[in-house]
Amino acid sequence: MKKLFVGRKIYLLLVLIFLYAPIVLLIAQAFNKSTSLSVWGGFTLEWFAALTEAEDILEALKNTLAIALLATVFATILGTIASIALVNMRKKARSVIMGFSNIPLLNAEIVTGISFLLLFSMLGIALSFGTVLIAHIAFCVPYVVLSVMPKLKQLDNMTYEAALDLGAGPVTAFFKVIIPDILPGIISGALLSFTLSLDDFVITYFAKGRGFNTLSTLIYAETKRGIRPEIYALSTILFVVIFVALLAMNRPKKAVNNK
Amino acid sequence: MNRKKLQLFATPYIIWIAAFIIIPLIIVAIYALTDSSGAFTLENIKAIGIPKYARSLGISVLFSLITTAVCFFIAYPIALILKSMKIKNQNFILFIFILPMWMNFLLRTYAWKTILIPNGLLDNILAFFGITGFNFSDSAAAILFGMVYDFLPFMIMPIYNTVIKIDDNLINASRDLGAGYFTTLRKIVFPLSVPGILSGVIMVFVPSLTTFAVSKILGGSKYLLIGDVIENQFMTAYDWHLGAGISFVLMIFIIIYIVIQNFIDKDEGANLI
Amino acid sequence: MAGEKLINLENISKSYGSHTVLDELNLYIRENEFVTLLGPSGCGKTTTLRILGGFEHPDKGRVLFEGEDITRLAPNKRQLNTVFQKYALFSHMTIEENIAFGLKIKKKSKQYIKDKIAYALKLVNLEGFGKRMPDSLSGGQQQRVAIARAIVNEPKVLLLDEPLGALDLKLRQDMQYELIRLKNELGITFVYVTHDQEEALTMSDTIVVMNQGYIQQIGSPEDIYNEPQNAFVADFIGDSNIISGTMIEDKLVEFLGVKFPCVDEGFGNNTPVDVVIRPEDVELGAPGSGRLDGVITNIIFKGVHYEMELMANGFEWLVQSTKFHPVGEHVGINVDPFNIQIMNKPESEDEEAAAIDPEAATLNDD
Repeated sequence: MKKLFVGRKIYLLLVLIFLYAPIVLLIAQAFNKSTSLSVWGGFTLEWFAALTEAEDILEALKNTLAIALLATVFATILGTIASIALVNMRKKARSVIMGFSNIPLLNAEIVTGISFLLLFSMLGIALSFGTVLIAHIAFCVPYVVLSVMPKLKQLDNMTYEAALDLGAGPVTAFFKVIIPDILPGIISGALLSFTLSLDDFVITYFAKGRGFNTLSTLIYAETKRGIRPEIYALSTILFVVIFVALLAMNRPKKAVNNK
Repeated sequence: MNRKKLQLFATPYIIWIAAFIIIPLIIVAIYALTDSSGAFTLENIKAIGIPKYARSLGISVLFSLITTAVCFFIAYPIALILKSMKIKNQNFILFIFILPMWMNFLLRTYAWKTILIPNGLLDNILAFFGITGFNFSDSAAAILFGMVYDFLPFMIMPIYNTVIKIDDNLINASRDLGAGYFTTLRKIVFPLSVPGILSGVIMVFVPSLTTFAVSKILGGSKYLLIGDVIENQFMTAYDWHLGAGISFVLMIFIIIYIVIQNFIDKDEGANLI
Repeated sequence: MAGEKLINLENISKSYGSHTVLDELNLYIRENEFVTLLGPSGCGKTTTLRILGGFEHPDKGRVLFEGEDITRLAPNKRQLNTVFQKYALFSHMTIEENIAFGLKIKKKSKQYIKDKIAYALKLVNLEGFGKRMPDSLSGGQQQRVAIARAIVNEPKVLLLDEPLGALDLKLRQDMQYELIRLKNELGITFVYVTHDQEEALTMSDTIVVMNQGYIQQIGSPEDIYNEPQNAFVADFIGDSNIISGTMIEDKLVEFLGVKFPCVDEGFGNNTPVDVVIRPEDVELGAPGSGRLDGVITNIIFKGVHYEMELMANGFEWLVQSTKFHPVGEHVGINVDPFNIQIMNKPESEDEEAAAIDPEAATLNDD
């Protein structure tokens, strides 16, 4: 029994090493004087300094963040409203709409990507910031719906009616009772959207047009000719910021859970 | 507010779905079924039968099947181990396995390339143990390695989500009725985790079938996957009709797969996230 | 009816972190006995059952089964079967497959399994349900399947963890008779866990009253009800008036400033004690006719009898009587010496659990 237990821990550790090895390597690279990934040339901060000069990288960062933020906001609002409407539908109608809604989630990204490329070119819309944003909202909404929907299904209708009974109007009752109850679902949907948008490459690649880049597409271009160390520096900053932010968000929850 | 009124709030989303999900896919179908002059043709669809494209499709299907299987065999024990650890804070688990995704996946894949190339990290480590002569870079193994790496979290999460929901008393009941550890695993835990496994399989199989960046980074240009073929048509060869035709074939495959999946999974995709 | 000692729990202790669930528990269970572990949530009854089933291991102490130490034996190697709280039916298997589960593992022949399924379904009145899925059955029916699934393995002991908890009142009462019938037909030992005192009184041969990890009293339902050994048992089993008093001498107790003759002796002179009087044992008469006078403050009609609250010498009495007394009426109170139950006040640590702790009763489920 004991042996099995130790074996499990080792296995878990190996998988975690597998998942985190490249990340450790990339972070190390941000501080590596040598530009080669397999040679350690000494510690340096010069790539972080150089980053402030790398205009194309900063431009791509700006685009990435702007699209991720806007896509998250729009997708969360659209998805939450849609979920509320959907739970109130009969099961058949809901299943049909959910079926279509889940297409971007299940379809190959490359197909979704080219479908946007073809749509925008057919409509004569120039590919750029706006087209990428629309594409991102489109693939984020289903995730919001899938996060919010279960919370709405668990929702006790009584609490809403109790609020009405206690004198709240439908709108007040909605914002004071329903929204707080489903908030965890909304937040996890928003977080998921933000993550997916930030990390997306394939759909962006087809919907972006020439000259416009997010970090993903910029990195893809660089994988062919060698990645500049400034990219490692920026990725390290982003990773650490997000790591700290997620850790901070998890903390108070932990305290509540352990009470 | 009554239900009828609330249902009206679905209108913006229905319009959105029509405009940005259904119509674009119809356009793909139109491109797939026409030539550059706009005339109806099946040539773009039939192109999948041309040996070089058929070979790409074959390799893609084979690679994605292997990737899916390997991911499953790595992920399932992980899900069981995590369940057995009885960690109260499930968000923490989510956190650990989602966190790598916050580093751009192309960069992570690229990092593996530098680990796997001759004279790279792995080579040096193996040489330390006296093992030489392996060359992982630009090989099928490297592509598979990268695909497993990229998609593993998508297999772990849905399986973990269903396994964690299995009532401990069901496992206790099975033990109580005389079943040992592996019998319980085979007869109780595994059948009850099938929905999560199906979700995991779909979330790994579809993207690995159609990936193109991973193969380009890790496999050099030796292996042209079906995703690469489509990308080439749109970005370098500019034969959009042919690209749409091949995409259309892929889409049909995926739709058939999803329809089958829907018959088995009644949770409206709730296990996906 | 009950025979040899079958199970022996010796000095069982169990803690979760700093929280002690069981403290030096000693208990034996005889063959063919219907033993009920009774107590409020968090009293350690479920933990005791899980230790018997092999799902938990005690920190200290031994579990003996027919004289053999089974403390560390895996659940699948024990000759006990459990009926779980929420049934724990395998939702992906039919009723038949659920029932056959244990038999298939023991590699019984097809014919044997078929016969057993038929026998078990008949026993729990579910003939014809074999091909159904658990989800399509009502709570009561699922409960019967859970029992059938356990008993086809012919266990020497059946462990039942609040098996009727999820059923509604009427069904619960029906199932009580059903369980008694089953027990008699099978002729095996039942260990039953519940927080419902009525369930315990109805079905058991022996009741083990537990609180805060300690056994408060072991006895037949009649013993437990009529002669509770401490205030906790008295309060937990049915309604009662528990009054602080002093044992003046043998067969004479004083409480509320009045001396009452009683039948208890051996407490010593001028010893502080708790006095228990059941509400149905309080006799009401004309003012001055009893040992003390009081005034009715509240009355509710309960069907069989009236339930009244009355104030006398600063204590609020609970009284049950078939005779109506309006609120405000002055009455005389008398109690037959046989109906006055004297109990020692708690002194040591483990006896503190015997005091009435209102919080203990509201704790979450253990």
